[in-house]
Amino acid sequence: MGETSLFAALGAVIRRDLLLAMRRKSDVLTTLFFFIIVVSLFPLGVGPEMDMLRQIAPGVLWVAALLATMLSLNRLFATDHADGTLEQMALSAVPLGVLVTGKVIAHWLLSGLPLALLAPVLGLQFDLAPGSLAVLVVSLLIGTPVLSLIGAVGAALTLGVRGGGVLVSLLVLPLYVPVLIFGAGAVEADLTGLGATAHLSLLAAFLALSAFFGPWATTVALRIALE
Amino acid sequence: MNNRLINWFGYASPATFYPLAGKMIPWFWALTAIFGIAGLYIGFFVAPTDAQQGEGYRIIFIHVPASWMSMFIYLVMAFWAALGLGFNTRLSGMMASSLAPTGALMAFLSLWTGALWGKPMWGTWWVWDARLTSELILFFLYIGFIALQSAIDDPRRADKAGAVLALVGVVNIPIIYFSVKWWNTLHQGASVSLTKSPSMAQTMLWGMLLMALAFWMYSIAVSLTRVRAIILERERHAGWVEELTEIKS
Repeated sequence: MGETSLFAALGAVIRRDLLLAMRRKSDVLTTLFFFIIVVSLFPLGVGPEMDMLRQIAPGVLWVAALLATMLSLNRLFATDHADGTLEQMALSAVPLGVLVTGKVIAHWLLSGLPLALLAPVLGLQFDLAPGSLAVLVVSLLIGTPVLSLIGAVGAALTLGVRGGGVLVSLLVLPLYVPVLIFGAGAVEADLTGLGATAHLSLLAAFLALSAFFGPWATTVALRIALE
Repeated sequence: MNNRLINWFGYASPATFYPLAGKMIPWFWALTAIFGIAGLYIGFFVAPTDAQQGEGYRIIFIHVPASWMSMFIYLVMAFWAALGLGFNTRLSGMMASSLAPTGALMAFLSLWTGALWGKPMWGTWWVWDARLTSELILFFLYIGFIALQSAIDDPRRADKAGAVLALVGVVNIPIIYFSVKWWNTLHQGASVSLTKSPSMAQTMLWGMLLMALAFWMYSIAVSLTRVRAIILERERHAGWVEELTEIKS
């Protein structure tokens, strides 16, 4: 198996998942609108004072991003598992880890990336300064791939399990804590004038760690589910 | 051929481990009672009243051992899970799932007694301190493990899926702990320093160590009892189970 064919397989999986998602746009859009609605509910709940909104904005946006990513996790493997595609992938000559990586990248392109691009618009509603908005986008761009990578492990573990949708939140949300702390912390550090570099570097470290271990753990979990 | 005194690998089979566990359980209960009574006696009658905290400090004789055990049991659980995943031994998975409820209980006890201690000492039931927060997340990790295992009907798959989760958790626990710690130092809301505790009287330390040993023995006794129940449940169709006197009668 040459290197080029591995990358070709990776590209093929990403293209396939993106194409499937484009044919069923509502799945992607539902998650996005969930994100928008949750964020918009907070000012209604806590009141429209701009000073307070500015303070809670990083946390609210990040928690909403966490929940939105989590809700979209079950479409990562569930349909492929139902129609047998996943078994064919496990049997193919290409290592399953490569295919899993492709699926996770596609998942991020469909959930994390739109969230990151949409976040500044919502941040404006919370009166964030342009500099903080930029930090918010960067932190989401680095942080949401980690969410997809960790989430993939949870999605693989709960594949075809009773009550999988709720269960995955129980498994995955505690593991999201470090990303939430440093993601929201980056924006907050920028707001208080501390500078967000340290937080963003740590987020990038999480990304490197989870990019290495995540697909591997997901592959093990998928093989258990397919046994 | 085998000259060793005990054939350790022989006990990896549920059929041989079941009677061994049955023989060990009363001993661990006895040790629990001895250490527990000694620890409580020292804790309540020998240890002096704390100069700053009064009588309320005595809850640490429960609180500290429970916190230690909650963390330690997760490590042991992950160890058995890794063993089960690596060597494909059935008993390891059963051990891991028998430890989880005790670990969750310890985490809950630690949070509960911490709240009871915090009210008179800090004047609040809960502060978002690094230790409290990471203990809470540890409790969530236990709950996730138990929920995942109980949602899967096939016991072999439940063991393996739980094992992957426990290992992912054990890699994450230090990361979670240090992120929470950093988060806590950045938000200087609750400035309660737990680390700078006043120097402890010798007898207090002894009471705490004895109670820790009692908790340790209790955890072993309870998880052995639970693993025996799991073995019976899963091996109920095996011949050796039907031969057991407690089943026949």
